[in-house]
Amino acid sequence: MSSLEHHGTYTPTSGIGKWIDARMPLPRLMYDSFVAYPVPRNLNYAYTFGGILSLMLVAQILTGVVLAMHYTSDTGLAFTSVENIMRDVNHGWLLRYMHANGASFFFFAVYLHIFRGMYYGSYKAPRELLWILGCIIYLLMMATGFMGYVLPWGQMSFWGATVITGFFTAFPVIGDPIQQFLLGGYAVDNATLNRFFSLHYLLPFMIAGVVVLHVWALHVTGQTNPTGIEVKSKTDTVAFTPYATVKDSFAMMVFFAIFAYFIFYLPNYLGHPDNYTEANALVTPAHIVPEWYFLPFYAILRGITFNIGPIDSKLGGVLAMFGSIAVLFVLPWLDTSKVRSADYRPWYKLFFWIFVADAIFLGWLGSKPAEGVYTSLAQIATAYYFIFFLIILPVLGLIEKPRRLPNSITEAVLERNRASGAQQVTGSAAASPENRG
Amino acid sequence: MTSDETTRRDFIYVATGMLGVVGVAGLAWPFIDQMRPDAAVRAAGQPVEIDVSSVEPGSAIIVTWRGKPYFVRRLTDAEITAASGVTVDQMKDPQPADQRIGGPADEAKKDWVVVAANCTHLGCIPKVVDSGADGWHCPCHGSVFDFTGRILHGPAPINLPQPPHVFASDTNLIIGTDTAGA
Repeated sequence: MSSLEHHGTYTPTSGIGKWIDARMPLPRLMYDSFVAYPVPRNLNYAYTFGGILSLMLVAQILTGVVLAMHYTSDTGLAFTSVENIMRDVNHGWLLRYMHANGASFFFFAVYLHIFRGMYYGSYKAPRELLWILGCIIYLLMMATGFMGYVLPWGQMSFWGATVITGFFTAFPVIGDPIQQFLLGGYAVDNATLNRFFSLHYLLPFMIAGVVVLHVWALHVTGQTNPTGIEVKSKTDTVAFTPYATVKDSFAMMVFFAIFAYFIFYLPNYLGHPDNYTEANALVTPAHIVPEWYFLPFYAILRGITFNIGPIDSKLGGVLAMFGSIAVLFVLPWLDTSKVRSADYRPWYKLFFWIFVADAIFLGWLGSKPAEGVYTSLAQIATAYYFIFFLIILPVLGLIEKPRRLPNSITEAVLERNRASGAQQVTGSAAASPENRG
Repeated sequence: MTSDETTRRDFIYVATGMLGVVGVAGLAWPFIDQMRPDAAVRAAGQPVEIDVSSVEPGSAIIVTWRGKPYFVRRLTDAEITAASGVTVDQMKDPQPADQRIGGPADEAKKDWVVVAANCTHLGCIPKVVDSGADGWHCPCHGSVFDFTGRILHGPAPINLPQPPHVFASDTNLIIGTDTAGA
């Protein structure tokens, strides 16, 4: 892509630098990808979550590896070993709270990252594969988060595992054998805990692998930007370092300050007290809820209380829940509009924000008991979730009249600076440090 | 050598490829098969015998077989009447009440219900209740069952299944087989 003109080239000066460059040019790859790499000059703070997510993955792997040194994946010992981490292991409480709250903040960042992609139409051609790789990462994150929550072997661990593996029993004939295959038994037990521990350790490294592909795909097409217009000339971009690096770092500091607040002052706010009771196969807690980041999907699952033709309510709920994630994979082909950014699509902007509110509302409903008015509201919110993807997005692209698009990113930035009365950029090819979010 | 002529290289290519496919499939199987319930878990599926002499009419106990919980509930006459009064259109998975109420060989003592204690929706344990026609409420997703474990409403698609079971005597229940004297 010729418009992605790099800002400078890697020129090793030291002898050892030249020696390595001739043999395995890894420093050159790093320089081209994270120093000279051109990024649109108008990226705002919504574009900093990719960097934050990479750091969260590293943080989760680091804390996870050391927690595994103290954890025992045996049903008789698991709960006690987690309590030992909390009470006896030096700084064990800190490491565990970092890991447990880290999962929540990982999901918090990924949701903002996904919403940013939806708002600015980042999934549209030629970035469909980039988007799909992101969806795969999200799926792997869900599997990892779920299995990690089982490991402390509390009541929510046990019953969460029972309910979630129970999804598969919704499928006729093959359902029960699949569930027994996943559990390694007729019920959640030692075999289940052991394999979940093994996979919980493995999956983050698979996530890291898909992240490499995700970044690779990103660096082939280049970033989108708030205008949704492709980079056309070198004046549209600035060098990744220092501009994006500093912006990303600043956002990380703010994000980690909030993360630290939760670790030190609200460490159990996002958890559930029932998980401090050891798993008991004979007593179901009065009110089973998953972790907050799964609540919207839980509400969709419970919303289907009626049979749809030959599909009974249980299978219907499971299909709706899987469908609500599967629909994300085909989003690039559901949105028929050629205009990327919601900034230039007044109707899409409205429906997008309703969708965000709907997703949060579903999350709130998922935390409520499945009865009375909550069920009806969950059905309405579920309906909007699917209508947004399957009807609004395809139709809106055909009938909506978008606002006039600027000719280039540079023009959009200059127009904005003029409108806000800021000092006009002189228009030199050099990047202006004034481009704000 | 013309291109449509079969060469020794073609033969080696196809033979190696096929052996490779068979080899990978054969090697993959142990890795998949180890996930299934192991021999110890399967052996634990033997029938269990339970002394139910302490269960009074109107109460229920939970017992386990194959690591899974089962309700053993003894109904009062009023509860049997209530269960028999449930009409077909109140049920999602219609089944006559007398097929679900059993007991020892003595006809007068047929007031027992033996059903799985995992909700047929997603496996939570329903709470034993006694109100109107309701016998169980599932706390997770709101399914409601009658006194014989038949689904009345909620997301559960089918009635609580009855495990194979038989009364060896008036006081001893065997779960895991329906053949007396086993």
